[in-house]
Amino acid sequence: MDGEGGVIKKFLYVNRKAPYGTIYALESLEVVLIGAAFEQDVSLVFIDDGVYQLKKGQQTTVDSGIGVKDFSKTYRALEGYDVEKLYVDKKSMEMRGLSTSDLNVDVEVLDDAQMADLMAQQDIILSF
Amino acid sequence: MKFSIMVNEGPYQHQSSDSAYQFTKAALEKGHEIFRVFFYHDGVNNATCLTVPPQDDRHVVNRWSELSKKYNLDLVVCIAAAQRRGILDDNEAKRQGKNASNIAEGFRISGLGQLIEAGIQADRLVVFGD
Amino acid sequence: MLHTVNKSPFEKNSLESCLRLSKEGCAVLLFEDAVYGALKGTQLEATVVEALKSKKMYVLLPDIEARGMRAEDVISGVQTVDYAGFVDLVAEKATVQAWL
Repeated sequence: MDGEGGVIKKFLYVNRKAPYGTIYALESLEVVLIGAAFEQDVSLVFIDDGVYQLKKGQQTTVDSGIGVKDFSKTYRALEGYDVEKLYVDKKSMEMRGLSTSDLNVDVEVLDDAQMADLMAQQDIILSF
Repeated sequence: MKFSIMVNEGPYQHQSSDSAYQFTKAALEKGHEIFRVFFYHDGVNNATCLTVPPQDDRHVVNRWSELSKKYNLDLVVCIAAAQRRGILDDNEAKRQGKNASNIAEGFRISGLGQLIEAGIQADRLVVFGD
Repeated sequence: MLHTVNKSPFEKNSLESCLRLSKEGCAVLLFEDAVYGALKGTQLEATVVEALKSKKMYVLLPDIEARGMRAEDVISGVQTVDYAGFVDLVAEKATVQAWL
């Protein structure tokens, strides 16, 4: 799908909610996957409890555990959709006792100023 | 200026639908264009015609329908989110073998691509949610 | 850039994250339950006063009044706007980030 007459905008997806407790993380990912077809300049950031979306080793299926599908593997598939810019807020990660080795995808870790800069550069921000 | 609006919560449970409505109405009254209002997550519940609020309360669903009629607003409900939550139009009801549909006047069901397009086409995207 | 916050700062950290991750010169609008953060005499007052040194802060007056407060209860320097003013803020700033 073409970018609507060649327009390419910077789209930022802001994820600030933990997975499973609410549906926001999953439905946010669904937007990212559909949006990838529009060939826009896409970035994803994970802030606050949003960093838990990327935690390694999530274990649940429709038939076991909490009875909900584990969708965390989809983050690993994003690269195949040319969605490669994933950023994590340093402070949110550290506050939660996590490091990049706890995450199931490669991310770039941003400090406060870098995150603020990234947000300020966007055209469209979809918040979840 | 051209705005797109995203509504992520259902009516009555959370104020975001009310805020989105007030914002949209104010923007239209100021002469701005609303390219599209996109309903996602529980926001799809804004599109059920089966709502029956108490008589002394606002009718969130009808209010959207009326605004749509007055300004020819494009009210789009995400199909994936709607199917999960039981919001169907006639076509979808038929396709899914359901015996009823419940989409309110002025709303239409379509894909998530409509949200991305709303972001591309509008000058601003404003998100209301929880 | 405009940042919108709609959560009470006594319940969620949305305002805190917003202030931490926004740039000098940006605008922050508090509405819905976030309006409690704009009031004088709360534990948040010092944080908001500090933020006002580098950022413009706005609060949606209909949300203030609905909750039993008035414009005079708002921290001085925080500007009150109505829905039309909210629309103007969005139009003036190039992007909007909602801290849901």
